[in-house]
Amino acid sequence: MRPDEVFAVIRAKFSEAKEETGTNGIIIPKESLLEVSRYLKNLPLAFDNLHCITAIDRKEKMELVYTLYSIREHHGVTLKTYLTLEDLNVASLSKVWKSANWLEREVYDLFGVVFLNHPDLRRILNPYDWKGFPLRKDYSHPELIAKPRL
Amino acid sequence: MLSILGFIWMLIVGLIVLGFIAGSAMFLIWMERKVSAHIQSRFGPMRVGWHGVLQSIADAVKLLLKEDIRPAGVDKLVWWLAPFVVVVPSVMVFVVIPFGKSLIVKDLNVGILYIMAVSSVGVIGIFMAGWGSNNKYSLLGGMRSAAQIISYEIPLVLSMIVVAMQASSLSMQKIVAAQSGHWYILHPNLTLAFVVYLISATAEVNRTPFDIPEAESELVSGFHTEYSGMKFAMFFIGEYTNVFIISAIATTLFWGGWNGPILPPVVWFLIKTYGIVFILMWARWTFPRVRVDQLMGFAWKALTPISLVNLAITGWLLLR
Amino acid sequence: MDTTQTKDIYTEEFLINMGPQHPSTHGVLCLELKLDGEFVKECTPHIGYLHRSMEKIAENRTYTQFIPYTDRLDYVASMNNNLGYVMAVEKMLNLEVSQRAQYIRVIVAELNRIASHLIAVGTFAQDLGAFATPLFYCFREREKILDIFDQICGNRLTYNYMRIGGVQFDFPKGIDEKIKDFVKYMRPKVDDYDQLLTYNTIFLSRSKHIGVLPKELAISYSVTGPNLRASGVKWDLRKDEPYLVYDKFEFDIPVGKNGDSWDRYKIRIEEIRQSLRIVEQAIGALPEGDPTVKVGRIHKPSSSGIYFRTENPRGELGFYIVGDGSVCPYRLKIRSPSFSNLAVIPELVKGLKIADLVCVLGSFDILMGEIDR
Repeated sequence: MRPDEVFAVIRAKFSEAKEETGTNGIIIPKESLLEVSRYLKNLPLAFDNLHCITAIDRKEKMELVYTLYSIREHHGVTLKTYLTLEDLNVASLSKVWKSANWLEREVYDLFGVVFLNHPDLRRILNPYDWKGFPLRKDYSHPELIAKPRL
Repeated sequence: MLSILGFIWMLIVGLIVLGFIAGSAMFLIWMERKVSAHIQSRFGPMRVGWHGVLQSIADAVKLLLKEDIRPAGVDKLVWWLAPFVVVVPSVMVFVVIPFGKSLIVKDLNVGILYIMAVSSVGVIGIFMAGWGSNNKYSLLGGMRSAAQIISYEIPLVLSMIVVAMQASSLSMQKIVAAQSGHWYILHPNLTLAFVVYLISATAEVNRTPFDIPEAESELVSGFHTEYSGMKFAMFFIGEYTNVFIISAIATTLFWGGWNGPILPPVVWFLIKTYGIVFILMWARWTFPRVRVDQLMGFAWKALTPISLVNLAITGWLLLR
Repeated sequence: MDTTQTKDIYTEEFLINMGPQHPSTHGVLCLELKLDGEFVKECTPHIGYLHRSMEKIAENRTYTQFIPYTDRLDYVASMNNNLGYVMAVEKMLNLEVSQRAQYIRVIVAELNRIASHLIAVGTFAQDLGAFATPLFYCFREREKILDIFDQICGNRLTYNYMRIGGVQFDFPKGIDEKIKDFVKYMRPKVDDYDQLLTYNTIFLSRSKHIGVLPKELAISYSVTGPNLRASGVKWDLRKDEPYLVYDKFEFDIPVGKNGDSWDRYKIRIEEIRQSLRIVEQAIGALPEGDPTVKVGRIHKPSSSGIYFRTENPRGELGFYIVGDGSVCPYRLKIRSPSFSNLAVIPELVKGLKIADLVCVLGSFDILMGEIDR
């Protein structure tokens, strides 16, 4: 199925989904994330594979991007959801797709997004007692990070 | 007067045997490195002496000068004694190996029984090393080794008994003399015994494909992880001496010992022994390693029944 | 011994730390094992020993300046990493790449795939105990590939060869003869490995039916690459979502039946053969032209996020790049294949022995450089 067909199917069930202009992303509010994922996993859309979870610090909000693929049907979709900085909680998808387990741990480690009902939310790349969340935009140590010389 | 002369003669013979062991171990270490290098399409030691012959002496000097590290928390007496308990039985077996027509330290008339009894003591040393090191990896290595060596004793002993039955004697020189007509390897039931013997002996001395106790990729270095310097050298020398011993016993029991035309008997003995050593080294650098439970299964379910059946067949052939 | 006596024997579980310095965890990986004798009850991986914060560094480097960093991700298959990154940036900029550059990229990427699989096969055999012989043979073949790369771009391990819009240098004169000779030399060597290892009884009994990865579990954990194909899923990005000029070549995708360690090893051997086919076809059809870069070195793309993935020797490497119109990316996320592959291992090794754990770890062919970034 092509991306706009996928979007049409999702839109039919969840009216709050919006298509992002210019890319193939679908924006959904964070409360319906778990339901949408369960719906996407089952037939006929059959997204059996959560490929990548990313977070982007947009300074006044946090953007979460989920890249999903279907091996059986040969199509892919990108889900996006926005979180406010005061309320960095979102439901964990580790019951739906097992790959979410480590991917969410990485997002927690680098950005501080807390995933509710995650079986084992610990840091994964940094040492277990590290303070701070390195990939946020306000985590800056100018003496450590050099600007490029052009 | 005679007893003092006898005592001095005993000392001289002992020193000759120890010297031979040291020299042979050094030669075998060089041989292993060269054989393994050429199998792996590289050269091996080339600089120290002609084609690296003096490399073993350089290694020995290095090991002598190394710091002897004793980890805190080891069981002092057990840990210190373990290398000796491993090496001394191997040296003791040299008493009955016939190098030539009368070149044997003492031709005991229970030669084979003596060999079997003495070499079984070595496993205690390995277990002592594993336990005394206070290290989980060494303990695993020691326990695996004890299980392996005890299991493979049985096919080993059974295959040696077949030879003893054929020659109607336990004495090593008498077995060699009984092969002066034709060698034992030419009898089919004794060829089977030789195959069983070779496999069991490889497992006895912890060489690949049965080198689980020192499985480097799983247990770092197994039971000799915590040893360095001269103690490690003793384990090392003990291993190569064991390789020499099992090849020498195989030569004596199956390949005619020092029998052979034209050349002097000692030369024949050494040629045959080093030939079997070469086969063992060839096998080491070709095969992957067998897993612990598969190893035990192989000993108990395959080798032991085969050797028992072989024993029965030999008995029937001799009584016919 | 009757059963009442065995109940009174006091046994304890045994906690052992395999790593981070260990001869057979490939890199700095720490596996915390709970053992019951020889059996593994639980396995917890601890990673992050090689974390170099590449994603944070990317936010302070220009797009061209980041290319050498991608070399160091999966340092054994640097060309493929470079390729994934520059193709992602080219997709953002909608850049066209000349035909000769595309063919050169394919040739170099496939040669690097062969080199990477040689290491995987050699170290797998070494972990099983064939102590160094297959490793030396594989490295001897790999030397020939590294010599070819040395002549193309001057480096043996971290190539920094691809550029946004093309490649850094054109092929030197005479290199296609060398590549053709290499293909002719390599074919019988792969049959040698088959003869030495693949059907050896000890090898079979050590790796058959060990660490079976069922299809559904593999897809759910997002395992990719040869590990997924060994479990029976016929999925290869070079055929299913072709990029560069892969749709012009004829090659097969080997698929396994059982998903055990032997299948994973055998698939890698077959992939070496298929890569040799691709290289042969590509070098025969290399078009003329100039593959070097004609656009400048400073790019300022603006996009709210594109994702591009390529087929690496270890799986699917993906780059998610967000650009905000400045010379440095706003966010660069690297989706590495070994990260997801490693996540499966704790579930696979429950109930296996330590020797089997080493076998499974070796057959998955993970590399810490790309797990930790």
